[in-house]
Amino acid sequence: MLEYARWKYIVIVAVLLVALLFALPNVFGSAPALQLAHKDHSPVTAAEATSIADYLRQHGVHFESFYVDSSGRLMVQFANVPDELQGRDVADAEYQGNYISALSLVPRAPAFFRALGLKPMPLGLDLSGGLDLLYQVDVNSAVQQMLQNYSQDSARALAAAKISVRNITFTTTSGSPLQNAIRIAFAPGTDLDAAQKALASTLQGLTITTQNGADGPQLVAAMTQAQVKQREDYAIEQSVTILRNRVNQLGVSEPAVTRQGVDRIDVQLPGIQNAAEVKNLLGQIAQLEFRLQDETGNAVQAEQTGDVPLGDKLYTHTAMGYPLLLKREVIATGDQLTNATADSGQQGPEVNVTLNSKAGDNMLRTTRQNVGKHMAVVLIEKHEETSTVNGKKVTREVTTQRVVNDATIQGVFSDRFEITGLSMGEANDLAILLRSGSLPTANVLVSEQVIGPSLGRDNIRMGITALVIGMAGVLVFMAIYYKVFGLVADLVLLANVVVLAALLSMMGASLSLPGIAGIILTVGIAVDANVLIYERIREEIRKGVSPQAAIRSGFEKAFSAIADSNVTTLIAGVVLWVLGTGAVRGFAIVLTLGIFTSMFTSLMGSRALVTLMYGGRRKVARLPI
Amino acid sequence: MEFFSHQTNFKFMATRHVWYGLSAILMVASIVMLFTRGLNLAIDFTGGVSAQATFPVTADLGAVRRQLVTAGFGDAQVQNFGSSRNIAIRLPPSKMNQEVLREHIEAALKAVNPAATLQQLSVVGPQVGSELETSAGWALFFTLILIFGYIALRFHTWRLSLGAILAVIHDPILVLGWFAASQTSFDLAVVAAVLAVIGYSLNDTVVVFDRIRERFESNRRLPPDVVLDQSINQTLSRTIMTKVVTSIVVVALLVLGGPVLKGFSEALLIGILAGTYSSIYISSAVALECGLTAEHIFPSVKKSAVDSMP
Repeated sequence: MLEYARWKYIVIVAVLLVALLFALPNVFGSAPALQLAHKDHSPVTAAEATSIADYLRQHGVHFESFYVDSSGRLMVQFANVPDELQGRDVADAEYQGNYISALSLVPRAPAFFRALGLKPMPLGLDLSGGLDLLYQVDVNSAVQQMLQNYSQDSARALAAAKISVRNITFTTTSGSPLQNAIRIAFAPGTDLDAAQKALASTLQGLTITTQNGADGPQLVAAMTQAQVKQREDYAIEQSVTILRNRVNQLGVSEPAVTRQGVDRIDVQLPGIQNAAEVKNLLGQIAQLEFRLQDETGNAVQAEQTGDVPLGDKLYTHTAMGYPLLLKREVIATGDQLTNATADSGQQGPEVNVTLNSKAGDNMLRTTRQNVGKHMAVVLIEKHEETSTVNGKKVTREVTTQRVVNDATIQGVFSDRFEITGLSMGEANDLAILLRSGSLPTANVLVSEQVIGPSLGRDNIRMGITALVIGMAGVLVFMAIYYKVFGLVADLVLLANVVVLAALLSMMGASLSLPGIAGIILTVGIAVDANVLIYERIREEIRKGVSPQAAIRSGFEKAFSAIADSNVTTLIAGVVLWVLGTGAVRGFAIVLTLGIFTSMFTSLMGSRALVTLMYGGRRKVARLPI
Repeated sequence: MEFFSHQTNFKFMATRHVWYGLSAILMVASIVMLFTRGLNLAIDFTGGVSAQATFPVTADLGAVRRQLVTAGFGDAQVQNFGSSRNIAIRLPPSKMNQEVLREHIEAALKAVNPAATLQQLSVVGPQVGSELETSAGWALFFTLILIFGYIALRFHTWRLSLGAILAVIHDPILVLGWFAASQTSFDLAVVAAVLAVIGYSLNDTVVVFDRIRERFESNRRLPPDVVLDQSINQTLSRTIMTKVVTSIVVVALLVLGGPVLKGFSEALLIGILAGTYSSIYISSAVALECGLTAEHIFPSVKKSAVDSMP
């Protein structure tokens, strides 16, 4: 008699059922769809959706169905890509003013799966077609900006202490003894101790060395490796956030903005073919200005008449929509902002803002005289737009100015203050916007790829055909070689693919060519596990062990070989997952997950099935292996 | 069905010196190939411009090349890609931006055949590649260290670790040698394949090691070379079966997977062959040369019993 614990059967059945549920949407595949979203991101209503659908239908567009998705975007599903393209042309001609249209893919699975949030794996760019942009962040200028702030703050601190300075220099050049450091040269005979005392709070955390040069004493304050790294990471995270925000404005379905390697950011936009437009939008430079509101003027009147008081400028609050008159004088700019973070303080959610000392002084002067008045934050974004006029390409710079915050000055403050009275979501958004305007460094585009959708279709068709035929070959071969046990192995292999597909779908991993290759390799690993077990069973039978004992010791003795060999492969998989980028990483993710699923299905699934077949019988004369 | 109806009893270790020679020749040949011909690095590594286009009829490669030269792309490489109607174009790194490049290349294609379509255009900066090389190098280095440690831990001896690591270095070098010799395009997918080859080679090696450990445990008095021979023979049918099955999938990939997967599947196929061989003649034999005995895997029981006395 062979036995296998009941709870193990329950675990196996439960895992397989859940896996089937998650893997099923992949079977239905995806359909081309036209996505229409309001430019202001407000949700599309059911009435609007119906009217758009009617309009498309009346203009000869053939579509399968339409619905408003959970993000409030209208999705019109088509049978094929030509219909989709025709649909977009018709829709753009009529609705371009109010809607952003994008080509995307939607799952074909019944609405039931959509309601549960179960989706098929999105296709990677190499399979779906689209635009892939790789940016390099100028981390050096971020560090430079920090050093500049230190220099300015030091100058002010020394001036306040009445210590005279000859000059202050800073450099980020690698290799120089002054790398990532500021150097303050004093007049001969300056008391260095007094100077250090005056600078103590300004240069806190920096490594300070002093020396006596021929022209007088010098002080060098260097940023530590950790500080430089922190600053670089901050710059990169910030760029990721900025790019993500701008990508969201494009209305592309399933965009991906990820950090790659040390200082790279990868932007993947499935379905997008027009690189120029996207690059302009993503490459824009943002600036930030803190300005006082002119409360003597009447903003509503100015908006209606177009008559703006002298020294003021008229704005509209972006979120609220009301007009404001702001003084032209700028209190602080984005490059003077050193940090902005959302937090929950005593008065509810707030944004903590830190400025450098120069802007802090300015802020102090301004707030002293203007308690109770309003201060606004303006975000200015510039990008190039190319349009065709009379057959010629014309590039012009487009500037958009947005008022992202309008708050009352509650008291006198300088370089540190809080913006309160926000919801947590608003606080987060504002902190991101403030930061996005605080670093006017441009990201450098180092690589760009446009992949045509039909090339992708050919790739996926060939890849899948190869996979199916290869799998079929394996299944047939296993059945011939191991007879009934071969059929068990076949079931286990299929279960492995289902569980792996389910895991990848759950993670939202996208399916790319290296991923398909990874799945194929996983099949190899699962086969190996089964072969190890069955060869062991055969060996035991050859030794003259009874069939049921052979099964038991076959599984037990094969375990250490399977475990050790899989753990070594797993090590390679995990290292590649962590260190790899792009194709290598995609492959490593599938390989790593595949090792776990194949261990589970081969060791547990296979044993459960074999025990079920042969365990209950009193006597098994011969094993069909 | 069985490949071997009886337990085989090949004397693998007796001929190991012959195989060392073969390995040495192949390794040297591969390294020479790598240094003389070098890898035909894809745009992923070199930077530059790569484009793929489809023609409605058989593409006239010569005409496309001539048109590209006329358009100012003197160093254009034009090849068929998968079928006679698809072509791949490679250009060295260019100062033009993507839109301008697209216009120029499309114009050149249309001049050959108005119905030609440009399907993919990639512009890759040259730094990306060098960073890739560095990160792949580090990944490999860490992998080797960790595996050395894991095997030393599980099998209690560095001799097996060393064997495994040498086998792991051996296999990718042969694969790289093949890519240098055949000048097949070496892209990121091939890198993934080479990494998979390492995984597979390890898998094989460890399965044999596991059997060596088991054999030593059941009979400590047998000479090590006999134990190694037994272990390899006893796992031989598994080794061949697994390789045959994996090869079915890889061959399907090679034949049916299309041009994009060609390099990948080639690398895998060579790697699988090399891995099978190296798990016998490199990993196990090296451990034997280093003087592997049962003592190393199972330190004397008496000694440890004495040690644990209060």
